[in-house]
Amino acid sequence: MAGGLPTRPSAWGGLTDVLDTSAKRRFALFLILAAMVAAPLVLGTYATVILTNALLYVVLALGLNIVVGYAGLLDLGFAAFFAVGAYTVGISTLEFGLSFWLALPLAIFFAVIAGTIIGAPTLRLRSDYLAIVTLGFGEIVRISARNLRATGGASGLSGIEQPWLFGWHISTPLDFYYVFCVLAVLAVFVSVRLANSRLGRAWLYVRHDEDAAEAMGIDRVRVKLAAYVVGAIYGSIGGAFFAVNLGAISPESFSFRQSVLILMAVILGGMGKIPGVILGAFIVILAPELLRDFGDLRLLIFALGLLLIMLFRPSGIWPARGKG
Amino acid sequence: MTPLLDLSHVSLSFAGNRVLDRVDFSVPAGAVVSLIGPNGAGKTSLFNCITGFYKPQGGAVRFDGRETLRLKPNQITQAGIARTFQNVRLFREMSVLENVMSGMHCRTSAGAIAAILGLPSQRREEAEIREFSEGCLDFVGIAEGWKREATTLPYGWQRRVEIARALATKPKLLLLDEPAAGLTSGEKEGLIGLIARIRDERGISVLLIEHDTGLVMRISERVSVVDHGVMIAEGSAKDIQTNPKVIEAYLGVDDGEDALAV
Repeated sequence: MAGGLPTRPSAWGGLTDVLDTSAKRRFALFLILAAMVAAPLVLGTYATVILTNALLYVVLALGLNIVVGYAGLLDLGFAAFFAVGAYTVGISTLEFGLSFWLALPLAIFFAVIAGTIIGAPTLRLRSDYLAIVTLGFGEIVRISARNLRATGGASGLSGIEQPWLFGWHISTPLDFYYVFCVLAVLAVFVSVRLANSRLGRAWLYVRHDEDAAEAMGIDRVRVKLAAYVVGAIYGSIGGAFFAVNLGAISPESFSFRQSVLILMAVILGGMGKIPGVILGAFIVILAPELLRDFGDLRLLIFALGLLLIMLFRPSGIWPARGKG
Repeated sequence: MTPLLDLSHVSLSFAGNRVLDRVDFSVPAGAVVSLIGPNGAGKTSLFNCITGFYKPQGGAVRFDGRETLRLKPNQITQAGIARTFQNVRLFREMSVLENVMSGMHCRTSAGAIAAILGLPSQRREEAEIREFSEGCLDFVGIAEGWKREATTLPYGWQRRVEIARALATKPKLLLLDEPAAGLTSGEKEGLIGLIARIRDERGISVLLIEHDTGLVMRISERVSVVDHGVMIAEGSAKDIQTNPKVIEAYLGVDDGEDALAV
């Protein structure tokens, strides 16, 4: 890291043990980026669409990881922020004719407001109560979207225009794949920067021991709210790009099942560990695709696999620091 | 001169049980003051009232010229009172240095955006947090093993890390809750030296709860004795040792159990 500041190895899990020199790490990073660029050219359109979806989940899971993994707040309604982003873009481009690039900051703005509204009164609660409140919040957002005229009711919104960027019309699956690559890389970058910061450490202090953190002068409600809002921003950005990628959104995209799937990606790979969460997101999306040959049995096999992983690696697939 | 910390008529009860009964108590600036008393006398409760973890039903707490009774614990730390816990409470899965760095949180201000952009001010602040924390570790005599997970250190070291963490909040008053508990006699000697240095070199007043009366008598300018939630004596170490009320409380003339507990 530049500036000779301490890196926090736990955010990277066991990766720093293997990649002990910055030269090796840079090389590994280069390989990953090269693979990301080359993958769709080798794999074809179908696989590209699936990978795009996996990258979306990387963004969403890294956002939820800040809430659950760093700050230790169990959030069962994360899809709500995903929905806020998607619907803000849908409505403001369709109804008000805004360009996507103006709708995007608006989506972030509304996510911050939604995060604050739900967070401020509830973050004083203990974690298990918080889970129930967030579950309710997720359902409120979905049911509102289902019943409001502005959100298009049960059939949702369609015909959301694909955005232009400096004369480039982002329209083909390949275009969106690269857009989501950039988003995923940005999401990782921001997560790493935050993990190595004063705020990132404060999340861990509060997660490990609220009283001791408070005795150290940390305002626990404020720190938790910050985690909640940052997570909400991740969710809404994911949702905004999801909306323009598909061109159509409906309330069922933002169900409780969606929240659970994102949470599963976080827990499966290893809460609080960035490579683990990325791995988790890929497993959650790719495994059901790879198991397609098994037909109706595939969800059963997937579920069994998840159970086994949790039985044998309860703290996630990615090794903890110093133990891998 | 007005004392640094001044409690007057502080009363605390839990579900009708009176834990503290109109306690008057003060700590002058630049002093080491000890709070002693039998188990369950209300010493830690008094600590918790000072640090904002408990809200007394009555009385007033003034620190450094301001009323602190209604402040939250983190605001009280920011005002300049730091504490350690009776059972060491270091942050698990975090290094020794990261633990101490938590103290600097309330003395710094960089937020999410500064961290994401890696602004120069944020980098400077990070370096400052790290330097000051390292200085605190050096001060308590931990010169190595900063990257080790704090909770894997030997117990005596963990106690010192906790003191370093409290010092990193840049306090004016340091509250130590039984800092000698579980220490070897050699470590206790080190602790006595450390407390004296905290007062003399850093100019921090120290208030400690301690059962080891030998240690208390050696380092305290003043000793206060609390029993059954009532302040029964206050004075120099010598006065306290010969005070009949204190002897009664400790030997338990009317209550045999307390004597065993000392």
